[in-house]
Amino acid sequence: MDQIFEILIAGLLIAAGIFGIVGSFGLIKLPETMTRLHAPTKASTLGVGGVLVASMIYFFVFEDKLSWHELLITLFIFLTAPITANFIAKAYMHRNLTPKDMPESNTARGWATYEDEAETQEPLMTKPKRP
Amino acid sequence: MITFAIAFASICFGLGLLFNLWRVFNASGVTDRVLALDTMVINIIALLVLYGMSVGTGVYFEAALLFAMTGFVSTVAYCKFILRGDIIE
Repeated sequence: MDQIFEILIAGLLIAAGIFGIVGSFGLIKLPETMTRLHAPTKASTLGVGGVLVASMIYFFVFEDKLSWHELLITLFIFLTAPITANFIAKAYMHRNLTPKDMPESNTARGWATYEDEAETQEPLMTKPKRP
Repeated sequence: MITFAIAFASICFGLGLLFNLWRVFNASGVTDRVLALDTMVINIIALLVLYGMSVGTGVYFEAALLFAMTGFVSTVAYCKFILRGDIIE
């Protein structure tokens, strides 16, 4: 029985390691910031999730204690990864792109982050450069 | 078998950490650097949990939880500073 759990834990750890290295390699391989956002936020959270699930099974089977910390960390990372990705994308948009670079929003209004109210709140240093 | 798997995963995440460090030094913009630092925090959490597994104590989960929280807060603070020029208005 222990053999099965050992194989399961080892498989999870190896899958997690491969996911983690693919996520970090995507960070240096992909060409620009917006595409680079894709690699770490998806693959690294899967990698960390795999490690945490493996350690949960390990401590439950071999050390006879069930700890919920791993689940807490997994939940926290899964909740915060999209928020940080959204913040980084927004910061990049306001520093490097203008409304003309964006695709059509297909609604009556444009993109909300470039609207007048948002523009007046922006300090001067982060206003998009108009060519 | 688990020892070898832990060693393999540690090597993978350590290499990932080196890639992130390279990206921090060779970034094309400040948002890129923030993204690389955020990924570094995630890799360090994985390394901490792996070390806790290999030693066999649960103490390192607290450290990992703290790292997750401070990493999230620092990334959001960086982005807020880039966007607005101020963190708390």
